[in-house]
Amino acid sequence: MSTATVQAIEGLKARAAEESLLDVAYATTDSPFGPLLLAQTRRGLVRVGLPNQDSDELLTDLAKRVSPRVLEAPGELDEARRELDLYFEGRIDSFDLPLDWRLSGGFRQRVLRAINRIPYGQTRSYTEMARKAGNERAVRAAGTACGSNPIPLVVPCHRVLRTGGALGGYGGGLPMKEALLQLEGVLDESPAS
Amino acid sequence: MTALPPFQTVLDEHANAVMAILHGAVGRDGAEDCFQETFLSALRAYPKLEDDRNLRGWLLTIAHRKAIDHHRARGRAPVPVAEPAELAAPDGFPEPDAGLWAAVGALPPKQRAAVALRYGSDLPHSKIAAALGCSPEAARRSLHEGLKRLRKELA
Repeated sequence: MSTATVQAIEGLKARAAEESLLDVAYATTDSPFGPLLLAQTRRGLVRVGLPNQDSDELLTDLAKRVSPRVLEAPGELDEARRELDLYFEGRIDSFDLPLDWRLSGGFRQRVLRAINRIPYGQTRSYTEMARKAGNERAVRAAGTACGSNPIPLVVPCHRVLRTGGALGGYGGGLPMKEALLQLEGVLDESPAS
Repeated sequence: MTALPPFQTVLDEHANAVMAILHGAVGRDGAEDCFQETFLSALRAYPKLEDDRNLRGWLLTIAHRKAIDHHRARGRAPVPVAEPAELAAPDGFPEPDAGLWAAVGALPPKQRAAVALRYGSDLPHSKIAAALGCSPEAARRSLHEGLKRLRKELA
């Protein structure tokens, strides 16, 4: 692509943002686990893609479920990237980012909002999350809600464990869940197995 | 109905073609603004687009209208470029020949658009006709006249 075209595209994106035509802005950012995809609407952060998730698939899904006006616009995600960097460095224990919950409805959204209130460095069980969301018996559904969390890391589903302390599952893979809990001082640094 | 792809994909795939055609149609100075106007219009209409099978044709039609707007706003026909040599070859995009593009830029609007659509974007006559809003026969004629003139200019 010519430099003139690249420059024209830069300007285009700035104008699209000004004219409220940027419905979904996205960017990638580095993390200790690999690249993350961050997507945001005018309401707030709507999606975080973990390193093992397919970015193209995720963007196609956003185009379908939110709006096809999806554009890469790193500048729009500066604050989210900054806070995630600080989090991985262990320098902040909460995020101050507006969130867009629209990708989860009903019970799932209630579970995720309850998860979002679990403090840094603490864990809860799937049962407790089900109760907080208004249906103590829906433990399995609470587990599904965790597994479908569209905003992992920021909405800390890694802090939800099985009753009794077993790790349960994680969309980014169990080693990542373990490492996050170590970062937050919940788990001891375990020798590599 | 199939879902529309993320607009970024559309931009990635067609930015070069749109830029090339605008380069030919309005020259280097006007191209950036026309390019942005083209994609802003496209972005505005995109969610309601019902058929995504010919996104390139759709974009080039918009680009052509923006080029016409550009010339109308300036209230005159394009002036031949005096110093074609100052057209730098942009990185990574094949620039066949600066002198040739300057000559294309100096053609009357219909001929210029027909030549740019045919050789800049590799469109068949039927698509050129659709983009220009004329019959395929008229498109063929504009292309023919444009090429004849270019051959004479560059001979």
